[in-house]
Amino acid sequence: MDLIWYLIVSALIFCIGAGGVLTRRNPLVVLLCLELMLNAANLALVAFARAHGDMGGQIFALMVMVVAACEVAVGLGLVVAIYRRRLPIDVDELRELQG
Amino acid sequence: MSVTTLGWLVLLAPLAGTLLIAFTSQVLPQRVHGALGTLAIAVAFVAAVLMFFGLQDRGEEERQLVSVAWDYANTVGVDIQLAILVDPLSTLMCLVVTGVSTLIHLYSYAYMRGDRGYTRFFAYLNFFVFSMLILVLAANFFLLIVGWAFVGAASYMLISFWYRRTTATAAGIKAFVINVAGDVGLVLGTYFIFKGTGTLDFLKTFEAVGTSFTENQAELVAGCILLLVGAFAKSAQVPFHTWLPDAMEGPTPVSSLIHAATMVTAGVYLIARLHPLFEHAPDAAMVGSIIGCATLLIAATIGLVVTDLKRVIAYSTMSQIGYMIMAVSSAVYAAGMFHLMTHAFFKALLFMAAGSVISAMGGNQDLDKMGGFRKVMPFTFGCMVIGGLALSGIPPFSGFFSKDEILAYMLDRGGVYVVMAILGYVGALMTAFYTFRMIFRAFFGPMSPEAEELSHGHLYHAPEPTNPATGEVEDTDVGFPGPEHHIAERAGGMKIAMGGLAVLAIVGGFLQIPGVTSELHHFLEPTFHDSELFEEIHPSVTAEWIGLLVGAVIGAVGIFGAWKIYGKGGNAAAFQARFAGVHKFFVNKWYFDEAIDFLIVRPSAWLGRFANSTFERLFVNGALVGGSSGAIRALSAAVRGIQSGYLRYYAALLLIGFSGLGAYFLISA
Amino acid sequence: MAEIFFFLAAVGAVAGAAGTVMLRDAFYSVLALVCHLIFLAMLFLLLRAEFVAAAQVIVYAGAVMVLYVFVVGYVGGLEAGLAGRSGPALRVISVLFALALFVELTIALVGTGLEALTTEGAPYRTPFGEPSEVGRMFLTDYLVAFEVASLLLLIAAVGAVILARRRSGLGDSREISVTELLGRDELTKGKGEAGEMIEAGGPRDI
Repeated sequence: MDLIWYLIVSALIFCIGAGGVLTRRNPLVVLLCLELMLNAANLALVAFARAHGDMGGQIFALMVMVVAACEVAVGLGLVVAIYRRRLPIDVDELRELQG
Repeated sequence: MSVTTLGWLVLLAPLAGTLLIAFTSQVLPQRVHGALGTLAIAVAFVAAVLMFFGLQDRGEEERQLVSVAWDYANTVGVDIQLAILVDPLSTLMCLVVTGVSTLIHLYSYAYMRGDRGYTRFFAYLNFFVFSMLILVLAANFFLLIVGWAFVGAASYMLISFWYRRTTATAAGIKAFVINVAGDVGLVLGTYFIFKGTGTLDFLKTFEAVGTSFTENQAELVAGCILLLVGAFAKSAQVPFHTWLPDAMEGPTPVSSLIHAATMVTAGVYLIARLHPLFEHAPDAAMVGSIIGCATLLIAATIGLVVTDLKRVIAYSTMSQIGYMIMAVSSAVYAAGMFHLMTHAFFKALLFMAAGSVISAMGGNQDLDKMGGFRKVMPFTFGCMVIGGLALSGIPPFSGFFSKDEILAYMLDRGGVYVVMAILGYVGALMTAFYTFRMIFRAFFGPMSPEAEELSHGHLYHAPEPTNPATGEVEDTDVGFPGPEHHIAERAGGMKIAMGGLAVLAIVGGFLQIPGVTSELHHFLEPTFHDSELFEEIHPSVTAEWIGLLVGAVIGAVGIFGAWKIYGKGGNAAAFQARFAGVHKFFVNKWYFDEAIDFLIVRPSAWLGRFANSTFERLFVNGALVGGSSGAIRALSAAVRGIQSGYLRYYAALLLIGFSGLGAYFLISA
Repeated sequence: MAEIFFFLAAVGAVAGAAGTVMLRDAFYSVLALVCHLIFLAMLFLLLRAEFVAAAQVIVYAGAVMVLYVFVVGYVGGLEAGLAGRSGPALRVISVLFALALFVELTIALVGTGLEALTTEGAPYRTPFGEPSEVGRMFLTDYLVAFEVASLLLLIAAVGAVILARRRSGLGDSREISVTELLGRDELTKGKGEAGEMIEAGGPRDI
């Protein structure tokens, strides 16, 4: 397939993820949508790696996955801590860091 | 040693004294500091004497020497140098200043014992002498102004020496403010002169004044009058005189040194030194003469009625300085400087004796409460009488020769100066009167309780120390007078000093016996050689003797009048009642203080309040400070709004930024 | 043939993504994402990235999503206040914005000279995408990244444990070292209101 089709798919997934981040109120789901965006980036990276014949893209994609995994771990830890405090699990309610 | 080196030594010895005392103030005992201070001035005096002899050794033409130590600024065309001018006039002033200062230091060594601020006192006194010497030795306007300002500062520090006394600090501030007003006049006057001649050096200015200004040119007259303002403020002439009586709040040695012998004579020195300028602007000189004459009369009238011992002597000083100012403004230089010298002797002596009496009174200065000290304090009495006779112009004391010589010369000058001379004689009558009024009230008459105590050999001490003027209770810790009182009969230092001055007051006049000696006139010739009037005004010997004798007779009449009213069998109260209105006018010091308060102090205070409440509040606080800070606060509040805390809001901003960036690259590609 | 597989995988991926975003229940969203990940792995395979595809399935879909499932199970997906979307206005705007972004990206992609690339892609050496090649790259060209990645994983693991640790209930809360880290607990204990950062120093006195 043309490289461009993969890229369009990647763009589509990215935009869907972005819409989800802006729309959803549950922080868990927001994190999920964030994963979507990361995955879209991964797809683009791998596609380009194939197009240029350069393995670097795939290595980069693996690194992205590592980072995503770490971020998910910490983010979910935060959500659990928030839940333990009996705070509402709602992105709109958690806005102490303001001013 | 060359004459100029000696000149530097004279200048620097008191400075060394000050610094030494200041830096060892915590480690050496009090007495040592007193000795150090006295020694420093003694060294300066010896150097001055050697300087005098060295100067006399030189030929007549070479007696004006300038020695430059440092050249400050040759840029911007202003020639400021650290230079001293050694010539007969400055040597005379140095001798008088250092000589009288040495004796006063000796006096203070004994008088101020027991005061917690003893060390500070000697440091300040030495600093004062140093400043005064800068003033008289200065070779250019710049150093003159520096010395002038330092002397004002030293005066302030010494008047408010007992700094916890509110009356003393108020007096110090008053003196300083009026002095500063004079300083402004001095600096502005210097500027006017400089603008014309282009140089600040004295000798060069004197050479240039003839060519730079025409006779009585407006700028020169203005400059000279401004310089006179400075002189009047420093020498306590009307209308800048109100600080001098208040300055009596300082300790007696201070009054005797600064406000009798040295600082207040700075104005006289100024006019004498700058005589070429004044001779080239006769209008300004006339102003000087008139003010001098007015002051001598006004001060004498007030001296007739004041009841504070030191203030009588203060008004007497004001009056005598009026004589001197009148003299040097009328080109009677030698007589004026002669009177300066003799006046230093007997006025310092009078103050010292007054200090002794005040100590016997336990700090009280009120004439109304004194009496009968004649028998119990013979030495003090003797000194006071010697000083009083010299002041009144009785032969053969020094005042006889000096004061009336001024008047004789002025009569010789003719014109309006004759009127002033006659007024001078009226003033002499009043001088003799109030001087002996003071002496009769303090030493004759029924014994006051303090005198009674002293007659039993016991010096009076007040049960609790109070401020003599207001009656406030004080203590004897630092900042207030010490607990001890020293009278001359019991303190060796005081005796020596007073004795020395008494001798000088007696024999000092013999320098200028008309027709016999004219040492001072000859001595001062090199300084005044460029003045025609110096040689012109020369009454014949007969005329001089007549003038002197008239003065002596007037003085005797004055003393007799005082005896009639205040001596045995006199009725002072009836006399006062007859002239009640005039008496009230004089007691209120001719309402000068009230006038100055109304004209100057109140408008200034109003201006300050107005500036604070309106300008400061509205403009500075409101617009400048409030406006700028308010603008920044508004701006930051606007920026703060972005940080709402909503996660999605942040995410949206992120994505908008990202897409914006992409769009930018897209478009530019 | 490759086109068919591509089409299938692409549709599946997009459908999974859409499901993640639009499904109400958080749990269903997680499942939708898992589905998306599998189809993405298929896309990776089509792109000759075998190792990456395998890693995607094992690590991402296998481990990370399982973590998600656990947390969603703990926190809950459908309770009051946990679900819910924003108001309709915001939704419309977000959708429009996402659409706009997509359009922009497409213009970027299509408008550039990517057509220069041939359909088959560049020629490559045989071990392209194979685990041996990935391993070789990790240990030679990208060694630093490899090491840093391991450090990052360590930090994340420790951080997650600390953040999610139980503080009240079992054991004495005073033994927790974070309190010492934040200073004496006289500073913070009993002073914080619920929801303030100061509470991290110790629980509120009840």
